Amino acid sequence: MLVSGIKSRPVYTGLILDPHAEHHLIAVEGEGALAVLDMLSPAPRDAAEKATILYTKAGSAPVDHEGALAKLHPYRLQPLPTIQTLLIRLQGFLTTAKMGTRIYIAGTEGFIGQAMQVALNNAIDFHSVRTEHRGSLARRIQCVHCKGFTENVTMSHVPCAHCGLNLLVRDHYSRRLGAFQGVCIDAEVPGELPPAEEIFP
Amino acid sequence: MSMNLMSGSTEIPVRVADIVQVSERVKRFRFEPVAGGSMPVFSAGAHVVVSMNIGSRRARNPYSLMGSVTDLSAYEISVLKTVDSRGGSVFLHDSVKIGDQLTVSTPVNLFPVEQRGRKFILIAGGIGITPMIAMAEQLTAQKLPFELHYAYRNDQAGAYADTLKARYGHLVHLYIDSRDERIPLDALLKNQPLGTHLYVCGPGGMINWVLESGRKAGWPEENLHSERFLAPPSGKPFSVVLERSKKTVTVGEHESILEAIEASGVEPPYLCRGGACGQCLTCVVSCDGTLEHNDHYLAPEERDGNQKIMICVSRIKGSNLVLDL
Ligand code: FES
Repeated sequence: MLVSGIKSRPVYTGLILDPHAEHHLIAVEGEGALAVLDMLSPAPRDAAEKATILYTKAGSAPVDHEGALAKLHPYRLQPLPTIQTLLIRLQGFLTTAKMGTRIYIAGTEGFIGQAMQVALNNAIDFHSVRTEHRGSLARRIQCVHCKGFTENVTMSHVPCAHCGLNLLVRDHYSRRLGAFQGVCIDAEVPGELPPAEEIFP
Repeated sequence: MSMNLMSGSTEIPVRVADIVQVSERVKRFRFEPVAGGSMPVFSAGAHVVVSMNIGSRRARNPYSLMGSVTDLSAYEISVLKTVDSRGGSVFLHDSVKIGDQLTVSTPVNLFPVEQRGRKFILIAGGIGITPMIAMAEQLTAQKLPFELHYAYRNDQAGAYADTLKARYGHLVHLYIDSRDERIPLDALLKNQPLGTHLYVCGPGGMINWVLESGRKAGWPEENLHSERFLAPPSGKPFSVVLERSKKTVTVGEHESILEAIEASGVEPPYLCRGGACGQCLTCVVSCDGTLEHNDHYLAPEERDGNQKIMICVSRIKGSNLVLDL
């Protein structure tokens, strides 16, 4: 049912430290913290000393990685209660940051998409941002009919949180929106649906 | 498919409308379309390939467009007279007169301004100033912030330095080698807002220095842009067999493989003719010597693989090369 092989499907190449960066600005959600630990633990000590980590436990709650991140002794660690507050902090840092700052994003796909949008809005090149997908495969989708967003979708189809249409979750991804496309799956005979499968656990 | 389409560009007959001596070794040429009307639209950073008949030889050299992107009544290029064996720039300087006809290709932009950038640092060395003139003008029109850093050898060499200074004031910084003035690159790289893009055009050594310093200062590759057209180096003659076209051509001492092939009536694709764009990449069937890669397009592994060659600038040391053409 899933329409695969679509080019817009994002690829996350993993968090790789830029040894030349003057500063590392790291936006991380949930299990993404593990990717940050993997990147910074083996790195020379001054890597963490140049790192600002914005962390929200969101997806990984109740597991909290704040303690583990603090043990890295980063230049600055800011725990934030929600993805939304983290994105606002990120915007704040990006407004004043200088060239030589490398941006990293780790967490679920929905989080990476939203943080990337903030980066793009600040004239940062998509390819210069280092990303790693950790945690749930859940998707953030946009209904193509009402344009509303539905978060944390793990099933192959799902009712739109806004207009209620049954949406097929496609691989078609919008960088600008940081979301996958959801298209009405039962337009011909409303209510006639294949069983929903959990495909993005 | 027509020959012109194959080479990815169309040739436009132009008339030389004006020639201005800008500095000791630089002349500016203004080209108007012979057919009247206007020239094709271009964006800052674009270049054209100028074709000239020098004796029995046809030379084609790439030059950056430096005029305003809003004035399409003519194209303007600036040519540094370099005494190399190929003679393209000498021919333009010494033989071309107002009223003469030449042909130029449609513009190609391998050095475009990143439209979503927040700020732009333009760094030019010598004649590398030409694309920056168009960029400064375009950025001004778009109200995007920029600064221009222009280094040249001595007081006589700074083509357009005064004009630029007069037009853009404090945005223009001049550095004169003979007075030991240097671009304060490290300080410059340290103090730019996120989203800044850097453009450098000039001699190879300068480009490498700027790009390398940029990387070391933690600038992402995506924000560092450079352009450099190499003139094809000379070398011993050798023969080239075009396997598919069933032709054999001789590449002369001062000729590139591409030029020799064109002279035989085959038109391989090209865009920059300077080893930069990758368009002329050709597969090597066999070679009885060694490939001399002169481009800056192929990756090191590709060079060592001996299966690909950029025929606009590279040659062989040997006597016979067979190409998949
Ligand atoms: S034509 Fe551009 S690399 Fe040869």
